[in-house]
Amino acid sequence: MTSTTAILREIAARLLSSGAVEMVIGFRQGTIPMMNEPCFVRKPDEVGHLVWDSHCGINLANYLTDRKEKIGIVAKGCDSRNVVTHILENKIRREQLVVIGVPCRGMADKRKIAMKCPGEILRVSETATAITAEGEGFSRTFEKADVLQHNCSLCIHRNPVIYDELAGDLVEEQQGVDRYADVRAVEEMTPERRWKYFEDLLAPCIRCYACRNACPLCYCPTCFVDESRPQWVGKGQDPIDVRTFHFLRAYHCAGRCTDCGACERACPVGINMRLFTKKLEKDCRELFDWEAGLSLEARPALDQYRPNDPNDFIR
Amino acid sequence: MRMLLIDRRAWEEGLKRAAGDYRLIGPVKEKEFHSFRPLAAGQLPDFAFQNSRLSPKHVIYPQTEPMFTYTLEETREDRHLLREVVRDIPPTAVVGIRPCDAKAFVLVRLNFDTPDVQDPYWLRAYEATTFIGLGCNAPCGSCFCTTAGCGPFHEEGLDLLLAETAEGFTAKVLTAKGEAFARAAGWTKPAPEGTEAALQELARAAEGRITSFVQTEHLKSIPVNDLYHAPFWDEVSFACINCGTCTYSCPTCWCFDIQDETRGKAGVRLKLWDSCMYPLFTLHGSGHNPRGTKLHRVRQRFLHKLKYFVEKYDRGIQCVGCGRCVRLCPVNIDIRRVCNMMNGYAVSGEACAIP
Amino acid sequence: MRNPYQPYPVRIDAVTVETEDRNLKTFRFSFLNPGDEERFSYRAGQFAELSIAGKGEIPIGIASSPTEKGFVMFTVNKVGLVSSHLHSMKAGDVMGIRGPLGNWYPWERMEGKNVVIIGGGFAFTTLRSSIVYMLDPANRGRFGEIHVIYGARTPGMLLYREELAAWERRDDIHMHITVDATQDPAWKYNVGFVPAITEKKAPPAGEDTFAIICGPPIMIKFTLPVLEKLGYPNDRIIMSLENRMKCGIGMCGRCNIGKEFVCKDGPVFTLEQLNRTPREY
Repeated sequence: MTSTTAILREIAARLLSSGAVEMVIGFRQGTIPMMNEPCFVRKPDEVGHLVWDSHCGINLANYLTDRKEKIGIVAKGCDSRNVVTHILENKIRREQLVVIGVPCRGMADKRKIAMKCPGEILRVSETATAITAEGEGFSRTFEKADVLQHNCSLCIHRNPVIYDELAGDLVEEQQGVDRYADVRAVEEMTPERRWKYFEDLLAPCIRCYACRNACPLCYCPTCFVDESRPQWVGKGQDPIDVRTFHFLRAYHCAGRCTDCGACERACPVGINMRLFTKKLEKDCRELFDWEAGLSLEARPALDQYRPNDPNDFIR
Repeated sequence: MRMLLIDRRAWEEGLKRAAGDYRLIGPVKEKEFHSFRPLAAGQLPDFAFQNSRLSPKHVIYPQTEPMFTYTLEETREDRHLLREVVRDIPPTAVVGIRPCDAKAFVLVRLNFDTPDVQDPYWLRAYEATTFIGLGCNAPCGSCFCTTAGCGPFHEEGLDLLLAETAEGFTAKVLTAKGEAFARAAGWTKPAPEGTEAALQELARAAEGRITSFVQTEHLKSIPVNDLYHAPFWDEVSFACINCGTCTYSCPTCWCFDIQDETRGKAGVRLKLWDSCMYPLFTLHGSGHNPRGTKLHRVRQRFLHKLKYFVEKYDRGIQCVGCGRCVRLCPVNIDIRRVCNMMNGYAVSGEACAIP
Repeated sequence: MRNPYQPYPVRIDAVTVETEDRNLKTFRFSFLNPGDEERFSYRAGQFAELSIAGKGEIPIGIASSPTEKGFVMFTVNKVGLVSSHLHSMKAGDVMGIRGPLGNWYPWERMEGKNVVIIGGGFAFTTLRSSIVYMLDPANRGRFGEIHVIYGARTPGMLLYREELAAWERRDDIHMHITVDATQDPAWKYNVGFVPAITEKKAPPAGEDTFAIICGPPIMIKFTLPVLEKLGYPNDRIIMSLENRMKCGIGMCGRCNIGKEFVCKDGPVFTLEQLNRTPREY
């Protein structure tokens, strides 16, 4: 048991016993290697279910949408930024929440680890800096830094931005990270090449909507792809419809996405749709000096109007 | 049953020969995982896999399938009338399908091929297809086929079963379709005495490597309304994000939607995979939704597979234990755990009395 | 292999606005191809998919009776994409009908028995089919007493008003028409909700009496306890359900209640059957 797990359980038990919250949302031990399951705990004697390790990549802010209870929410850096966004967008009230911040050193990329192993991974263990994967006839140990989810390796907000409790010491933020090398590479392509690149990127999509549904930002009661009157998008595998879904979804996340990686992580066919949301993140940063979910006081980039807006069309 | 011996050379040449009579489909590695795809001329199926990431159900049941075409051109005599699209399906062989995925088609057939009505799209494709199975020597840690009415060398739904050996393959011919394929491939060399026993030994060894199980023996007898009202659904469904990963990756999930798509004046009526996980699946025109919460939808998926199907057909569960939903669920909802909870659930007078 | 998804081509012969809010219209269709009418042989209580190329299909109860020849008739509420488009169509337009689908009211079991039909709002369509069927001279003798309790919000929201008036005048059927409320001084029938009228007017319960009940959920919810109080056994209470459907033939997977498909094993169920299954409708 990592010490973070022990601290989380202690905090959860205290919050539940005192009645400060009705439920704590966190993770429980998964049933397969490198997967944990989001869960809720309502009674102090159930806090033993809660765990924390490098396989808690799912963004728990997703589970707050429109809930009515008082909730203790376990939040790493990105989760906390989505909690902020949820509060700003009126999907939950700050007063309902006790944010149990977890300073984060990044989440493991289960596909990256699987690809580096010669067979099926049956057991995984970890220390502060290393992850060991074992299977029939093999055991491989990796530096954690080498097998992080791509978004985690680029993360510059590992510490929760808001918290009421803290499960561990704050970590040092990564410095000098080049967040947008992959986006620049796409920007530099010719339009023809870029189009081809996107086609290949999206070719395996089966429209299961795991990316959309894993995303805390995607809470619309009826998504535009599901709307039938008018029907904006066809429902089949036509590449035009598949692209429309991915492109429009990315735009709906503009100025809101925290690059938590939930979408890419959820995809059953390994599509890196983060490229789209990151492009918009980069634009927001360059055009409006905006990063999503850092403050409860600032209004999001697409949620405010300035008389001195540099663009003509809006004046 | 006839047993054949196929060495490496006979394998490669046989597939080349068979490609003259059959459209061959087999596992192919794309980026990081395997998919069942049509094999190019001379291309061999890649058997260096445990199983394909997604099931091969799309071979019989494409995710998007045209059912009818129509024209809205008012000057045309046949305006607004639907013309059936008859897919040209050449004799097809799926080479290297795992026994679990072949058995899945047998279960799905119960839905599409009923005594009084048949789905011609599914059935024509199924009937045109020969299934050349590949026994599973090394099942995944999350496979639970042996307790899901299946097994690593299960024969139901297969026309020919291959077992990989050091020299190539041994093949067990199971049906006339399998016989025809072996003939087309020129695989005629009888396997020596004792091969069948060796195959059984391989199967037993593979079964022994299965480490994951479900209990199903009480599912049929527990009253459906008891399971429906069981207290665990809130906890089971909490993590669910209502995506379609489990249903789309599942070889036994068959639910579909019908949609018309028009471009200009020409249109097509499509049959499309759908998922009970999606709220729209059951939404009434009035706005009422009988399965309006994710609890409803998660419960529907598990009750359908593990209770309604069991009761309706008396053929076991609607699951072959391939483990894909377990491995692919983005939030780790595990059918094995839920199946065991359901199977162990009993409402008795005494149980109710427990505070 | 017959393609069960292929609709019969039909022409709209007549469109009638049924209700004062103009949200309900009755469509009369004739089959374009000879022989299709015979192939579309149905029983009262069944439904069909109305199929409009480019829009889709909607499951609608058949409002005409098998005893009425030369046409089929459907009354459609304007709700979604397909029904809204259908409301914009006119006599002479061509579309499709796929069916008949589902089961029907248990006519064999009800032979020689009394039947009370309880309907509300626009869910009166297959009930009209049933009444016309039972009143047909060839069939009337096969049933005992027939009661009809039918309610709508206002007089102008009742379907088939001329037929209702004609049935009122007959002595081989007991009509109990009601509205929730009305200012109309000429209204000479009941005022009150269907459950209340049922309590007052329904025939005595017994082994020889069946109740067929079809209406909005709120009406069903409050009428079932009344029938129970009157002593109607659960296997004599017949209900017709609605759920979202696509295929209509028990394959697409969305309309199930427990292991039963509303489209194929239903839409007609006894209350006894419904009590044994999850009620997701």
